[in-house]
Amino acid sequence: MSERALVGEASVPRLARGTRLQFDKHRDQWIVQAPERLFVLDPIALEIVQRCDGIASVTAIVDELAAKYNAPREVILRDVNNVLQDFADKRVMSL
Amino acid sequence: MNQVSPPLALLAELTHRCPLQCPYCSNPLALERASQELTTAEWTRAIDEAAAMGVLQIHFSGGEPTVRPDLEDLIRHAHDGGLYTNLITAGVLLDERRIARLVEAGLDHLQLSFQDSEPGGGDRIGGFKGGHAKKIEVARLIRAAGLPLTFNLVVHRQNLHHLEDLIAMALDLDAHRIEIAHVQYYGWAFRNRAALMPTREQLDAATATVTAARERLKGRVVIDYVVPDYYARRPKSCMGGWGRQFLNISPAGKVLPCHAAESVTTLSFDSVRQRPLADIWLHSEAFNRFRGTEWMAEPCRSCDRREIDWGGCRCQAFAILGDAAATDPACGLSPHHEDLVRLAETDAASEAPPFEYRRIGAR
Repeated sequence: MSERALVGEASVPRLARGTRLQFDKHRDQWIVQAPERLFVLDPIALEIVQRCDGIASVTAIVDELAAKYNAPREVILRDVNNVLQDFADKRVMSL
Repeated sequence: MNQVSPPLALLAELTHRCPLQCPYCSNPLALERASQELTTAEWTRAIDEAAAMGVLQIHFSGGEPTVRPDLEDLIRHAHDGGLYTNLITAGVLLDERRIARLVEAGLDHLQLSFQDSEPGGGDRIGGFKGGHAKKIEVARLIRAAGLPLTFNLVVHRQNLHHLEDLIAMALDLDAHRIEIAHVQYYGWAFRNRAALMPTREQLDAATATVTAARERLKGRVVIDYVVPDYYARRPKSCMGGWGRQFLNISPAGKVLPCHAAESVTTLSFDSVRQRPLADIWLHSEAFNRFRGTEWMAEPCRSCDRREIDWGGCRCQAFAILGDAAATDPACGLSPHHEDLVRLAETDAASEAPPFEYRRIGAR
């Protein structure tokens, strides 16, 4: 049995097997589907989750979002950490 | 009436046939026979109608859904239609080849039931010799195939003392999620209530065990917990409200607001064989009877929780009070709540009677 995965800048996140990012056209929203769960993504969470491709590291994701939004890196890092740790604890995200 | 939102999830009960005979089975007492079951074509049409309405998740259940040889065809059809596919199974009919076919068909997730942490109790409660050992073997095959796994544990007075062991077993078998559900007393479970009802002390101990395990296992496994509402202060938000998020199709095609709804014998339910699914959802008498809050009497009607718990469970109100429109007696505000608590305490204090096992024709 694995230990709890903690997000760090070197983490390479991807959606866990058995979960999926999907646009819900009937309700006009982005969702992550998971076992008996459905997470509606706000715009920030969507920007993060759609970059979790199992290739980009947290460092790369944060750099890209900081550049895109011209925002302080530490603010973006905190958002990314919060979203990813929450999803990792729910076993929705693999790190 | 407010605008009706489309359902999020469909429980597809493919069959009532099952090799197990659990005495708390959620199927109705009047089990449907194989000859009444929807055909593959009828199911694929119903799945298409569900997807077109906005359903996002489909749960294939039963009975034991793996007795249907077309299960993988239905999974593939739902998957191709964009639905998230989940299989709820006792597992005893699965082998490596069938699991591979389910994965190949596009199965997203699987829920495997266990009746106890050891073979004696597991086989006795499930009424199926050798079932427990087979389930452990199947759990390993499921994980070896890479499928994410939920352990489904229905708990009651005859297995609650093994709750720690059940959680340990789930971790050992690499489950991602554990669903610990106290028995809900409808149908078969209502009939076996005295054999299943825990004492309040057993319930409190179980809740403490779950709370501690959640803390200890944070980030390693997700634990969902459903409490027995006879001892509750406020009722559960049953199905998230009648006809709000969820629909159920029975093996013969009856469309239900929840899997126990047929226990409300004053209602009649439409079939996907006769009427389009969306029309049933939006316009049928059964779905509109308890939708929203207009139907409520006091104390629900003026309660500030009426859109939180939606009056609790209609089936329970009917089972206990004979009136499906009454406030769920699980609610402390119901004038009948103390009677419900006394029923539970009396059952829990009695010597457990033998199980009346769930069997087709056992009525």
